[in-house]
Amino acid sequence: MTDGKTALAELMEISSQIETVVLFGADGEVVASTLPDQRAKQVAASAKALFEEAGRAGMGELTHLEAVTGDGSLFVVREGDLLAAASTGSEPTAGLIFYDLKACLRKAAEKPAPKPKPRAKPKAGAKPKTTRSKDSGKS
Amino acid sequence: MGSRRLFAIGLAVGSLLGIGLYARRGRGSNERIDLYFADGSLTSIDGGASEAARLVAQARDILRAARQ
Repeated sequence: MTDGKTALAELMEISSQIETVVLFGADGEVVASTLPDQRAKQVAASAKALFEEAGRAGMGELTHLEAVTGDGSLFVVREGDLLAAASTGSEPTAGLIFYDLKACLRKAAEKPAPKPKPRAKPKAGAKPKTTRSKDSGKS
Repeated sequence: MGSRRLFAIGLAVGSLLGIGLYARRGRGSNERIDLYFADGSLTSIDGGASEAARLVAQARDILRAARQ
């Protein structure tokens, strides 16, 4: 798994509308956050409960939500086993926030690229390979 | 003269009250919760509806906790 903190740092760099973000697992465990630990845990637990309760209000599987309040908006997005809860000010560009949060979650869940295998060293007694040029057989 | 002044003060106070009430009403009516589902459907529930009121209140608490 890619470092959630790296994904979060990139998100905060590209999005000027997001104030705070908490990335957490489906079990409620905080993966990365812009908040201090205790508050991140509190926000993750509450956002998880809100997402589950909101999911019961519809017929299908809930993927993301936006709660618009007089104090600003709260976004909760799920991507696989990871969730993100983000706060913004009033009247944010919801489509852009959802896109950025989903991209961040995907990045956080990415498996690191496998390290390139070291090239095998030539054996001590092995003959070095020679290449023949086209002209070498002629004349 | 006194009655004109009283009328002007009353008008000013009334206007301020009206603006305050309008702003408060506008703020309340904007509250809602938008739910997006895996099949692409969207359900928007007005904050005044009983089912959304609790969710919006919960969201407000989370926003407050995040901004402390």
